[in-house]
Amino acid sequence: MTGLGAESIRDEGYQAPASIDPMAIRADFPTLHQEVYGHPLVYLDNAASAQTPQSVIDAIVRFYQNDYSNVHRGVHRLSQVATDAYEAVRRDVKQLLNAADEREIIFTKGTTESINLVASSFGERFIGEGDEILITAMEHHANIVPWQLVCERKGARLRVVPIDERGELLLDELETMITPRTKLVAVVHISNALGTVNPVKRIAEIAHRRDVPVLVDGAQSVPHQRIDVQELDCDFFAFSGHKVYGPTGVGVLYGKSRWLEEMPPYQGGGDMILKVTFERTTFADLPNKFEAGTPNIAGVIGLGAALEYLQAIGVGRVRAHEDRLLSYATESLGAVPGVRLIGTAREKAGVLSFVVSGIHPHDIGTIVDRYGVAIRVGHHCAQPVMRRFDVAATARASFAMYNTFDEVDVFVDAVRKAIEVFS
Amino acid sequence: MFDDLYQEIILDHNRRPRNCRVIEDTPHHAEGHNPLCGDEVKIFLKMEDDRVVDVAFQGNGCAISTASASLMTEALRGKTLEEAHELFGAFHEMVKGQNPPESKDLGKLQVFSGLSDYPMRVKCATLCWHTLQAAIEKRKEVVSVE
Ligand SMILES: Cc1ncc(COP(=O)(O)O)c(C=O)c1O
Repeated sequence: MTGLGAESIRDEGYQAPASIDPMAIRADFPTLHQEVYGHPLVYLDNAASAQTPQSVIDAIVRFYQNDYSNVHRGVHRLSQVATDAYEAVRRDVKQLLNAADEREIIFTKGTTESINLVASSFGERFIGEGDEILITAMEHHANIVPWQLVCERKGARLRVVPIDERGELLLDELETMITPRTKLVAVVHISNALGTVNPVKRIAEIAHRRDVPVLVDGAQSVPHQRIDVQELDCDFFAFSGHKVYGPTGVGVLYGKSRWLEEMPPYQGGGDMILKVTFERTTFADLPNKFEAGTPNIAGVIGLGAALEYLQAIGVGRVRAHEDRLLSYATESLGAVPGVRLIGTAREKAGVLSFVVSGIHPHDIGTIVDRYGVAIRVGHHCAQPVMRRFDVAATARASFAMYNTFDEVDVFVDAVRKAIEVFS
Repeated sequence: MFDDLYQEIILDHNRRPRNCRVIEDTPHHAEGHNPLCGDEVKIFLKMEDDRVVDVAFQGNGCAISTASASLMTEALRGKTLEEAHELFGAFHEMVKGQNPPESKDLGKLQVFSGLSDYPMRVKCATLCWHTLQAAIEKRKEVVSVE
């Protein structure tokens, strides 16, 4: 393992070296304070869903208790309050991502829906027979399957940029695989299966030189680094609330307005129209054109509280803490005989994927669970990654701002005990 | 601590699975897949009249799924189809915690009784049985437990 620590985060998201106090942070997270099978919970499944701080839970409860109403629909007081709160979060997200315009922020139910929106709508307008969509070999199924569906519908072709044995993207290959038929490059920012941080700014430069837009799957990056969509110069950026300490069922699609304006609606219904007759409907402007129906209002309110929480702690400090944990865990787990780390990219964040020779990840997961350690086992919705590394599944520990070095010790100890059971 | 689940018999059958081979020239074979964890199993069955004369498996999975398939092949040999169905029914009830383990003699399969405390892992143990059913019925599509 190389390149971890302060050095590796110099480019993106690094704010201040001051370290955070995970013990103080833990006090804000009610779920963390429980025992599992008689052991204190060690929650290391953050890449699946991070826990929510009390402030997020409170914001949702307060909204339902005081301000609850539909948005954009009433002249009455509560509707105004709810609409203001909802739209305030859109401005928060605009700021978080440094988007040029809040009209470029669309609320969805998560990364998956955000990508499906682009696949469906951008695909409808811009992708035709014989065209190509470029993805990478480390994508989550959410950034594979929607493109396959478009390709099938349109007679287009999905092409996959390979990765090396460390789990790093082959940038040269990416460059040569962009052809005059390439209509979009869709790439994960941080791989949930490998932890690899992709150089999305470089990728956007390469693609833009050929006039090809870029979609970034930011599901794993927003909780770990500062995002500036204008600096990255990506055309689309997607993320989910539940991975940034927010609620489930809410997410964001950022899209440059030049694209969003030309794209047809994704779904039809209320809120996304200007005028409806049976002969013809004119659509609302951005962002409403892409938000048909009553949105997840409470979810958006919760997301706002989560982003506020994350920004108050400082995502750069969070990342610095997580990098130290990752580097400690990598060394400590890597020293256990029989352990093979899957994904050893020089730029990594948050995720430690591994297999143990002779023991299936499921058995590891079940055994460490009995010591209170929650990790994810399986293919992580990235079956092509598993095939690339010739494993059926991996075990994965993933870190958040509230994890501690002691927890890493408990985790590594539990893995050792799993190995003992099978020895 | 894990005596309830990872009993010695299970660990042993995981390490040295019995009847882990292919049976050629039989119409009774089927494939099973657990999409959640990627476990895969193939079951081969040789029948004479109504009786299982040989049964084997090949697979790639966790200790529970490997040991379950291995122990299943041992338990099935010489059984009639009806007995096999009954065994599956009783096994299924046991791992889901729906009957007291001692209500039916499941022989060595009894070692899986601890699974009822691990509901997330029940499908690991039943995949081979569902696939067996498909092999009996000569079904071609891959069996999926979800
Ligand atoms: C990299 C990546 N992309 C996409 C997704 C899908 O996110 P969601 O399930 O919130 O739509 C995930 C979540 O597992 C992910 O890790």
